[in-house]
Formats: sequence, structure tokens, C-alpha cells
Amino acid sequence: MYPADFAYYRASSVQDAGRLLSEHPGAKLLAGGHSLIPLLKLRLAVPPALIDVGRIADLSGISVASDRLRIGALTPHAEVAASSEVATHAAALADAAGQIGDPAVRNRGTVGGNIAHADPASDLPAVLCALDASIGIVGAGGDRTVSAGEFFLGMMTTALGEDEIVTHVEIHSGQEHGSAYAKFPHPASRFAVIGVAAVVTADGDTCRSAAVALGGLLPAPVRASHVEQAIGGQPLNEASITEAAARAGDDLGDEILGDVFASADYRQAMAPVYVARALTAAAARAR
Amino acid sequence: MKVPIDITINGRSYQRDVEPRQLLVHFIRDLGGLTGTKVGCDTSQCGSCTVLLDGVAVKSCTCLAVQADGASMTTIEGLADQGTLHPLQEAFWEKHGLQCGFCTPGMILASHELLRHNPDPSDADIRHGLEGNLCRCTGYQNIVRAVRHAADALAEK
Repeated sequence: MYPADFAYYRASSVQDAGRLLSEHPGAKLLAGGHSLIPLLKLRLAVPPALIDVGRIADLSGISVASDRLRIGALTPHAEVAASSEVATHAAALADAAGQIGDPAVRNRGTVGGNIAHADPASDLPAVLCALDASIGIVGAGGDRTVSAGEFFLGMMTTALGEDEIVTHVEIHSGQEHGSAYAKFPHPASRFAVIGVAAVVTADGDTCRSAAVALGGLLPAPVRASHVEQAIGGQPLNEASITEAAARAGDDLGDEILGDVFASADYRQAMAPVYVARALTAAAARAR
Repeated sequence: MKVPIDITINGRSYQRDVEPRQLLVHFIRDLGGLTGTKVGCDTSQCGSCTVLLDGVAVKSCTCLAVQADGASMTTIEGLADQGTLHPLQEAFWEKHGLQCGFCTPGMILASHELLRHNPDPSDADIRHGLEGNLCRCTGYQNIVRAVRHAADALAEK
């Protein structure tokens, strides 16, 4: 399968990429290409030009400074999955990054490309929502930061403007919490049929607070506020986690996705199972 | 629009002017004449197009050739050292880790990636590490044995 013809420009810096974006209306940014190239090959996307940001060195890498874990947009999933900093401060993100696609896909796919693409069956959006991550953006109008909850607007739709570039994600690293990601992967594509991220803070065996985000089920990830309220203040045991997870249906609304592999009814029925698994794993790490 | 690129494959430089839309796998096969790398599913699921790009396993059906400009690649044709099979190639032969052979180049290079990270994998590690490579003949049993055999051979070296 060949993509339709397009012009190709290689950006030497974020500023250069911004300039190229403004000069070439309709152009798409190319990083690892593992979301964009499949769309080009299927001709679901036919942009007039690609701007390759894949060689901008300062967009890649993981660092921790002043209570913030920072992950550059070009950091490949394999590096996130293997990072001790990510495992320490955002274990759910390491879980999720290590379950994207397969090893070769994780070598090429990038964090920034993944979230800018915003596939509803992607793993990272739900994790970033549960971790209350912020997304760093540079554009013609200046730099800005958007919370993950406000970044993912719908199916393959984000708050990113036409002339804007994701530069990094940041996660608060100073909190004592446990986090985990539980996934039901599609057996062929390995995209998330259901992906649940949970972040738990605990006082001993009691849940002080929890953040739970649901992915794969809906056009964009949502926080499971009914589940979060139900588990808050409760003991972190099987009975209370199961009871809280059962509230997931109240958080799903009426836009549940379904396909030939997994119907909307099936996904709705399975959601509490994965919510309970994510909460249980996060609780074990929070203690 | 054509873009001049220079990709080193198996130690040899290939300088060509390519359309930006050219996929890396087609550059390797059609311009490089190296047909060991296969086009299977063409959707980055089956792994038959797996090559090493600057030493790292990637699926060449989901890379543009222009993205690999300046890179050094290894395909299955470059794995043997001056006619001596790589221990992985030897092991796939020895343990009958193939039947039709279509998936084998990608399977061997994905196994190379697996052993780079984990030189002493369990059978479960091997199955998990090769999850991006599909074989429709062997049922995987002999592939797992071959990778295990290669790990032992490499450890003895």
C-alpha cells in the first residue's frame, strides 16, 4: 500500500517545525510515524506535506526535576517502559507503554505522536488522565500547557491547534501514590479494547483518594468519578474494590464504542472487571 | 518531489533519490535488491518486514525511507559474518524453526532484538518477546526452541 504523494520537509528545531507548519497549510507532523503512516497508507489521511520532527534532539528524553517527571514528545514507548524514573513516579505509564503494540512498534512509536493522534483505543490517553498529567505545547501563539483531561476532546480530536506542536508531558512526581494500568488488548492489533488506569493514595489499608480513567471504551478517555467517590475512604480490599468498580457503568455514558470483535454491551459488562484489576494493582503499589 | 537519501544496508551505502512516500521496505527490496525482507500484512502486525535500524528492530513497512536517511541498517542478508551463519540462523536451521520460511527473516531479527535485551530468556519471555511476529506454519514451538538454542550458543561464545 502506497500513501498518496506528499511533500516532505525535515525540521531542525521546534521553531523550524512551527515555521514549516505555518508555511504549509494542512501539513501533518511526522515523528515515529506509527500512527500517521498507517493512515497515509490507507489514504484515510492525504496531507499535502509532512514535516518530519523526528530528529529534533531536545524533544526526546526523560528527566525528573523539582517534583516533575518530564517526558519529551519524541521519547519512544520502549524507553518509557524501561525507565526507572517512570516506574518510580508513574508506574501506570510504564505499564501502559510496555503494552503498546509489540517490541518493534515500541521502538518507533513516540509519546507525543501517540497522544496527538488520540486514537480512542490508544493506551496513553487514559493513563495521562488518571495521573493528571499536563501536556506542553508550542505554537505560533506561544507556549501553553493543557491538562490531559482537557487535551483529549473526542475520537482522534485534541485541543492541539493547527500550528501547534506537542513538546512534552509532565507528571507530578512528588506524590506518594501507587498507580497501575489494566488492559484488555485486541488479540490481533493489541490496541486497547478496554484500558483502565488507576492512581491510589492510601493511609495504610484505607484509600485516601483514587483517580481512575477509562480508555478504549469511549471516543475519548473519561475519569470514572463515580468509581473514584465510591472507593475514597474505603478499605482497599477485594469487597470494596469490587463494589466501587461496579459503578463504572455510571461513568460511561451512552457513547460506548462497539465493533465486530467486542460489542458495546460486552465492553460495558467487562469494564468493571478491568477497573477492579487496575485498582487492585494500584492499591498494592500504594501500600 | 524527490529527496536524496543515503542509507547504509549491511555495510553498503545506497544513495538514491526517492519519493517521500516510499516505504522503507520497498527501498530495501526494490532499490536495494534485498528481497529477504518480506512484505506480509503491510499493517505493522505480522513482523515479516522487521529489520534492524541503527541496531534496533523496527517494522520497515511502517517507516518511510526518508526517515532512515543517514541510518545504518541490517537485514537478514547482513546477519551472517562472511559466509558463517549467525548463531540465530544456525539455530533456526538446527531446531527446524521454520517451514515455508516467509516469516523467518523477520522472526530472526526480532529474536535478535529479544536477545539484545534478554540474553537468557525463558520460553515465556521468548513467546512474549516475539508477539509482534506471526508464523502460520510452525505453531511457534520450534521457533521458541531455536531462540533458546541460539541463546545457549551465544552464551558459550
